[in-house]
Amino acid sequence: MVGGLFIIITSQNYLKKVVGLAIFQTAVFVFFVSLAKVLDGTAPILTKMANAYSNPLPHVLILTAIVVGVATSALGLALVLQIYKNYETIEEKEIESLELKSDK
Amino acid sequence: MFDIFLDDAPALVVVLPLLISAIIAFMPSKIWPWIISIITLLLHLFLSLHLLKEISVSGLIIYEFGNWEPPWGISFKIDGVNIGLQLLFSIFVLVSTFYSRKIFLNEIDYRDSGKAYSLWLLAVGSLNGIILTNDIFNLFVFLEISALASISLIALGAGQNRKALLAAFNYLIIGAIGATFYVIGVGFAYAMTGTLNMNDLVIQLAQYSDGQLAIFAGMSFMLIGLMVKAAIFPVHIWLPPAYSYAPSAVSTLLAALATKTILYFFVRLLYEVFIIYPSYLRLFLDFVLYPLSLLAIFIGTVIAIYQDDIKKLLAFSSIAQIGYITLAFSLKDHSGVASGFVHIFNHALIKGGLFMAVGYFAILYKDRVTLNSLKGFGYKYPITSFALLICGLSLIGLPLTNGFISKLYLFQALYTNQMYLSIALVAVSSALAVVYFWKIVEQMWFSEIKFKSEKEDAYIYLPIWIVTISIIVFGIYSTPIIEFSNLSADYLISGYQN
Repeated sequence: MVGGLFIIITSQNYLKKVVGLAIFQTAVFVFFVSLAKVLDGTAPILTKMANAYSNPLPHVLILTAIVVGVATSALGLALVLQIYKNYETIEEKEIESLELKSDK
Repeated sequence: MFDIFLDDAPALVVVLPLLISAIIAFMPSKIWPWIISIITLLLHLFLSLHLLKEISVSGLIIYEFGNWEPPWGISFKIDGVNIGLQLLFSIFVLVSTFYSRKIFLNEIDYRDSGKAYSLWLLAVGSLNGIILTNDIFNLFVFLEISALASISLIALGAGQNRKALLAAFNYLIIGAIGATFYVIGVGFAYAMTGTLNMNDLVIQLAQYSDGQLAIFAGMSFMLIGLMVKAAIFPVHIWLPPAYSYAPSAVSTLLAALATKTILYFFVRLLYEVFIIYPSYLRLFLDFVLYPLSLLAIFIGTVIAIYQDDIKKLLAFSSIAQIGYITLAFSLKDHSGVASGFVHIFNHALIKGGLFMAVGYFAILYKDRVTLNSLKGFGYKYPITSFALLICGLSLIGLPLTNGFISKLYLFQALYTNQMYLSIALVAVSSALAVVYFWKIVEQMWFSEIKFKSEKEDAYIYLPIWIVTISIIVFGIYSTPIIEFSNLSADYLISGYQN
């Protein structure tokens, strides 16, 4: 989780930022799934063998969150593509210097 | 036959815009997406009015999706807190959609108008979902739909200025971090209580009356995530570029309603759920929200003074105005919360009107509106300029405008809490607001260049004047806004005393 956040803050490349965001979100998904585990629990399917079930709800929540995460990454990548078409670079510093030039 | 639909009104106000948005997404026509959107939003307004009628009879509606009882199913809750906001939302969205047509035709490729209105309705539906939802995870979903829709809308501004892409990208990254923080908080809360329903959460949290570290961590994560989304200082940095490079119609919608709905949920979470831990709440309000609000008011106003680009100036003044709202909410009593809601209503109208007027100028001027480009506009386009003047005076808080009512109630609330220093600070920052607004007035009416007045587009100044007249009307006859705000505060604060 911290690793993903670190990538977002430190990297100068927009593409890497999107990847960092994906890592950050995935870490949170894993956190949710780990909450669901019940000791000695099995998958929540009705059988006679089981005496404890893991909680299925966090998985369902995370399924939703994964969809949201995919949409976020897709939109992020689409924006990076458009930025590249307009600026011909996706390095933050180069774009900043380009903008400074155009303002003058 | 209608009754079947009316029973489902709470769901329909959210689902209807979302469904229609899928239908119009690939319409190649210039005009049909707009017509369908207007019809949808008229229905939306009708449903909201129906909800108002229901609420005045029953006082509380809990709508269970698929008849799953809470806490298992997702539910929507409509009560005194959000009915006023729902009504304002419905009316303002309709007016700004009416306004948006000419703006979109000028600022984006007409072939994209189907997609633009599709995103527009997506944003409307999900923001409405934030107002109504009673489930903390459901909120996250709506939060992300609205963020993704508004990011795409902001990126549409790239046809005018490619910086819109950078603004949209920054919003995406910062917004997604905020939302993910919120989800971490929800995870902690769920781990401790096993529920996501807000009413049930209060009951479940009560068993940890001495407080547990995991719950405090979860609460803090949730609050920080929402603060990012609501652009509360110092996590506001995505807002000014996003508002200033978006197409003008989009800035109108976002500035007037997007942050407001999230602020509403923020205060609801504070006073309805986290009230269980008064000491934590007091700590957060007194030592986090209160100083940050004062800083936001000052820094937002001062940066606005130095802006040359008008839309950026308005965006920074939004930061300051959000500061006023959170300052009111940090007061912990009835008068404070009520005055916060009063300012939510009034500021939505004021900023909406200002962005509408400036957006119209941008089309006439065919470039970004800077201070210099406004020279003589007061004579050239008198009708819109006069509307801009009234909205601006209301922003400063002159009597006879609704901005005055907001300031009056804020001062009253601060006075009853004996925060004399804050009163002085708020008064000074109002005076500073005069400085940046005067710069606009000076350029518009007092520059040497004089123009003959030109013909203005009645289609556009109609929505602008609807907003402006409502500003004056609510400045003189403010009872509806005051009553809705008091109602909201009644519901929220009654939990505080129990």
